[in-house]
Amino acid sequence: MGRFVARRLVQAIPTFFGVLVLTFLLSRLSPSDPVQLMLAGNTEVTSEDREGLRRALGLDQPLPVQFFVWVWQLAHLDFGQSIYYHRPALQLILERIPNSLQISLAALVVTVAVGVPLGVVAALRRGRAEDHFIRVFSVAGHAIPQFWLGLIFVLTLAVQLRWFPIGSMNAVGVDCGLCWDRFVHLLGPVLVISIAGIANLPRILRTEVLEVISQDYVRTARSKGLGEPMVVAVHVLRNALIPVVTSFGTILLVFFSGSLIIERVFNWPGLGRLTFEAAVSKDYPVVQASVVISSVLLILSYLLRDIAYAWVDPRIKVR
Amino acid sequence: MATDATARELRVRATEPRRASAGLWSDAVWRIRHDTTTMVALTILLLLVLLALGADALATGFFHRSFAQQDILSSYEKPSFDEPWRWLGTDELGRSQVVRLLYGGRVSLFIGAFGAFTAFVIGLAAGITAGYYRGPWDDLVVWVVTTLNSIPILYLLLIIGVLWRLEPLPFAILLGGLGWLGICNFARGQTIALREREYVLAARTVGCSAARLMARHIAPNILPLMIVLAMIEVGQLILLESAISFIGFGIQPPTPSWGNMLTNASQYLGKAPYLIYPPGIAVFITVLCLYLIGDGLRDALDPRLRGSIGVRR
Repeated sequence: MGRFVARRLVQAIPTFFGVLVLTFLLSRLSPSDPVQLMLAGNTEVTSEDREGLRRALGLDQPLPVQFFVWVWQLAHLDFGQSIYYHRPALQLILERIPNSLQISLAALVVTVAVGVPLGVVAALRRGRAEDHFIRVFSVAGHAIPQFWLGLIFVLTLAVQLRWFPIGSMNAVGVDCGLCWDRFVHLLGPVLVISIAGIANLPRILRTEVLEVISQDYVRTARSKGLGEPMVVAVHVLRNALIPVVTSFGTILLVFFSGSLIIERVFNWPGLGRLTFEAAVSKDYPVVQASVVISSVLLILSYLLRDIAYAWVDPRIKVR
Repeated sequence: MATDATARELRVRATEPRRASAGLWSDAVWRIRHDTTTMVALTILLLLVLLALGADALATGFFHRSFAQQDILSSYEKPSFDEPWRWLGTDELGRSQVVRLLYGGRVSLFIGAFGAFTAFVIGLAAGITAGYYRGPWDDLVVWVVTTLNSIPILYLLLIIGVLWRLEPLPFAILLGGLGWLGICNFARGQTIALREREYVLAARTVGCSAARLMARHIAPNILPLMIVLAMIEVGQLILLESAISFIGFGIQPPTPSWGNMLTNASQYLGKAPYLIYPPGIAVFITVLCLYLIGDGLRDALDPRLRGSIGVRR
């Protein structure tokens, strides 16, 4: 197991390098000059001052040198200063990550708690009404724009019916992490963001359950007199869930991308909204840093997924 | 595994008289014509495409409004059946929502279709060559795919959106340039499996060039699945376009797209809640049709996959 983890870690290095190169190149390909951006509106700047600033920022160096200087700074956890907040970009992002994780983790729990039973039901009752219903729900869940669902939620349940708060993490004047108020605020974004996962999981699980249920060991389990719930829970589900672990990669990707939009719809102060606001105010260091950090988080969660996969299915390690 | 698709197939077989043997494509056409769900989805999609294509003619000849025409006196009007252009109400500038929806559909459908086409071409070319040649080229392709897969795509589009203001055509190419990963993975995997087959070996022993092997012996075998994936890609790109335009970094106003119409609607939720429904429903129906057609095509084109369902990525 140790060797497997080590190998996967080494494999993640070129990927991470690629992310850095791409993020760096995108900023340097930009048609807007960073010096221009920083001095925007300032008319009393001489061309010597411009040159001085350019040299101070290291922009007169060749691109590869600039790249390694930047990576060297990142290695020291220096992601630059936010132009807008005048604070280190990393600090801003670290403050927001727990907020985003609350939504993501809660959505993952909801997805598994709803998606797994739906998948099992679809397989066990295949061809009947339940199966068709779940199938229709699955296709519809894939096709519906998440953020639109969020908007409808806000419009109908929050604005018109006033059952839910319109957005943000807590009611005004309330400041708590683990309480009823936070739960009510979480409900909207989590429900909306889990729809994609709930649409995805049953489809994968259904195929797997159908595959496993025709195996010999399931027949053996039945013939030795085990009750059907026991057969499904112990013999079928444990084996059917193995490939489902890999689908978590897709689900995580959806959560990461989705949070950007959902946090805007529900006004949730997470990483996604920070990035969005930074992008609107052209606060480039923050956007760049949050792209790098969210990519690192994503690479790490892919890594965790692969380790989990190897752990539940030892055959994977050989490959 | 008796799934509903095979059951449906058996039912179709039982009721139909014996057909003359047919090739892959004519068989697929026959199957699709007997598949009600796919035919309904296809009809609706065709209708939407026609409406989008005929947006100009409809706007001048029927609605008598252009998509940018403002009419401040009749702003925030609820949907009504007085005149055709008021069918879906008006926005804060008194612009006709039904006309804007038509033009928005034109932009969204174009971006979806052209983007998916770009993704299809890049994905197929990169996937087949990587799977066929292996070695350093394969490593490079896999590296690019894993790297792009490790950046949340909306964040990447956000960066690009900060730097450039994109017109629909470059935007479609950009989306295609980011959306080929799934198609490439499938093409590569299939090619790796196919290149070891006897018929490919046989073709090689009679002196086929590498290009011919890939184009004539490998590509036709993976094309059906690729077309299905491209179909689903169209839907996914329409969703992506609507999302990125919604947060203001995609198609820029005054050009209407379903995404930026929703941005507008979300700003006037209290005053004009009816604005939020039409663009969202339009996206939903379009994408739903595309997914259903993708599912139907999969059943029709690939006998081995018949019965397995869904958008698996």
